[in-house]
Parts: sequence; structure tokens; C-alpha cells
Amino acid sequence: MIDIKISSEPLDVQSCIAWAMSPESGGIDVFIGTVRNTTKGKQVVRLEFEAYESMALKEMEKIAAYSLAKWPVHKILIHHRTGALSVGEIPVIIVVSAAHRAAAFDACRYAIDTLKETVPIWKKEVFEDGERWVAAHP
Amino acid sequence: MKILSFGIAREIVSGPIEMSLDGDVSVAMLQTKLSELYPGLRQLSSFVIAVNGEYGQPERIVRNGDEIAIIPPVSGG
Repeated sequence: MIDIKISSEPLDVQSCIAWAMSPESGGIDVFIGTVRNTTKGKQVVRLEFEAYESMALKEMEKIAAYSLAKWPVHKILIHHRTGALSVGEIPVIIVVSAAHRAAAFDACRYAIDTLKETVPIWKKEVFEDGERWVAAHP
Repeated sequence: MKILSFGIAREIVSGPIEMSLDGDVSVAMLQTKLSELYPGLRQLSSFVIAVNGEYGQPERIVRNGDEIAIIPPVSGG
């Protein structure tokens, strides 16, 4: 089972975990991305996330489908937030349930690593004295 | 044909792009054309073109009805 979402509303960790629970699962692996207060020693005020939503949903779906095909996992959830997020808020949640932990860890790691490479979502770091699109320039 | 742009690419092109295609135009040709029109795109680490919500292979021919998007380096998560 797959659950994919892009939302401008705060993501809810508890309901994501509840969705992944199932009697056949022996474990649930959860990755929660959080907004960090500094980048390269510079104070971050907030992050602004923008998505090409229709394409991002398709790419997230591909990641989830591939995970289900490659590892013996039961459920995978990928939720991503858009808009302005303050320090400590949650831009991304990935939850994977499986009978055994190794598959859940592997699939979860694959999902977050691949999301960062292929899903058309962008973040801008906003500092006290300026702003910068992450990874935009060499 | 309307061209969408996101993130820093949206700021570089500043506003919607409307382009009409003559003959067979590939994704690679469109990339070159856009780099000429918007030199700021050349300063990026990379940028690619999506066609109808899928990453476009360089040789893919784009049509006037396609949804085209400029995809600068992604940075989600």
C-alpha cells in the first residue's frame, strides 16, 4: 500500500504512523525531516518549499512503487510539505512498515535519498540578511 | 506553448513564458533556446526540461500542446 501527499498544512507524524500499522508488520521505520536552525554556520530564519505538484506526486509514487517491488515491505508513506516552515517544523515524513527491520530501513533510506534527487520540490533558505535557493548554483 | 518554471528558474525568467514552436524541436534544442533567452539559467548547477510531468530525454520532440516545465536543481526533503 502506498500513501503519497503534498500539503501546505502541517504534517501529522502520529496519523502517518497509524496508517502504516498492520498486524503482519514487525516494525515501522520512520524518517522525519526537520528544519534546522543553521546552514554552514549561518542562522536560518525559515525555509520556503515550492513544488511542481503534479509531477512531484508522480515521482513520489514512483519511489514508493519501486520500494514495494524491491524490498519485502508492506506499506510506504511519503508526505511532503510546501510553503514557509520555521525552525523545527517538518517538511517531510517517510514511513515504511515491513515484517523485518532490514527491509524497512533499506526502503526508507532509499526513499529519502531518491526524493532528494528526483522529486521536483525546491527549498529556499531565508537568513536575516538574505536568501538562497538550495543547490541552485555550483 | 506555455512554459512553467519553478524555484530559482521562476525567479530568473520572472513571469510566464509563451513560445511557439516551428518544426521539430527537441528537449535539447529547447534547453539551448531558453539558455539564450535567459542567461541566468546558464549560471545554475544544471537545469532540465520536463514534458507533461516527466523528465524529458534530450532527443524527445516537444509539441505545441505539451506541458513544458523548467526544472532547476531539486532540493526537497
